[in-house]
Amino acid sequence: MKQTRLIMGMPITVQVIDPQVTVNMFDEIFSYFERVDATFSLYKSTSELSRANAGLISPQQWSNDLSTVVQLAEDTKKATCGYFDPRTPQGTYDPTGIVKGWAILNAAIMLRERGYKNFYVDAGGDIEVSGVNQSGEPWRVGIQNPFSRSETVKTVHLTKGGIATSGTYARGNHIYDPLAPDLISQNPVVSLTVIGPNVYEADRFTTAAFAMGEAGIYFVERLKGFEGYQIARNGRATFTSNFNAYTSQR
Amino acid sequence: MKKIFLSISLIAASVLYVLFGSERYAALTAASDTPTPLTPPEHTPPPVGTFKDGSYTGTLADAYYGNIQVRAIIQNGALNDVELLDYPSHSRTSEYINGRALPELTSEAIAAQNAKVDIVSGATQTSKAFRESLAAALAQAK
Repeated sequence: MKQTRLIMGMPITVQVIDPQVTVNMFDEIFSYFERVDATFSLYKSTSELSRANAGLISPQQWSNDLSTVVQLAEDTKKATCGYFDPRTPQGTYDPTGIVKGWAILNAAIMLRERGYKNFYVDAGGDIEVSGVNQSGEPWRVGIQNPFSRSETVKTVHLTKGGIATSGTYARGNHIYDPLAPDLISQNPVVSLTVIGPNVYEADRFTTAAFAMGEAGIYFVERLKGFEGYQIARNGRATFTSNFNAYTSQR
Repeated sequence: MKKIFLSISLIAASVLYVLFGSERYAALTAASDTPTPLTPPEHTPPPVGTFKDGSYTGTLADAYYGNIQVRAIIQNGALNDVELLDYPSHSRTSEYINGRALPELTSEAIAAQNAKVDIVSGATQTSKAFRESLAAALAQAK
């Protein structure tokens, strides 16, 4: 069973192969994403994050989710040498760069806890996979062509873990480089895809490594358990040394 | 000079990563160990089963960097998939700035493939134009 809903301004698709899956399971997953959106949307003045930014609630009043995300955002800032920084140049606090990956992983954990083994959760192109597809084979994940979005340029085969892509072309200048705020407009990289132990890890490291420009793929190369595929403006891709382990059909 | 700076940055990045690497897993475990309690949805989810099955093409919506058009696939009365039909392409020649290959890692020219895939990983598509085109597609499915 497969369903797509529009939440957080993007299509979220869940497919579960296990035959015992119910429509209620999908409703629970999508309700969870709705709740994440209600908590973290910076487009909604009523969200908890917006109210925290406006000083309407103190850290002591933060929900468990907001406290967790703030802690993860600070941890990610350290792990990425400041390339991911929840403090924006405008002085507001924006940890939302890690919220999507975190929420997808939590949704996948909800499915696993209910005993589902073969599924994927895809939110706006960042994906957690588990098990196999309808044909009993590893999930075939295409890497989108950043120059022509209806095409893919590569297929990776995954049975577990996460894959996430950052690019200049999706949200204008939404991703900026906190160490050099004007770097984004000169970024020679248009797309960086990272495969990691789970989608939260893949998402946060692709966000930060993308902000590093051409050096990003070398940052990924040094991360144990991660592989990456980086596409430059000139149409050339550079990939980490074990990336091809995922491209061969198993 | 730039290269030296890059090398120093990468070394610093590696050192910091080693220093702080263990913390990330501690934090992640904390997140995973704290199951997110499921509360009743604050928003009523869109009703399932209200659309007519089929595929519906949305309007060509103007994004500031070009046009966007989507197709909505309705199955069993619910939105099953969203395909991106049109998206602004970059001009490769005008954006050609750097053909220099980085020495340590392999590089290749990208090329569109015909392989059938289950899922596509790409940068998030959340533009207003995208939503407009999808809304138009869904309106036809009513």
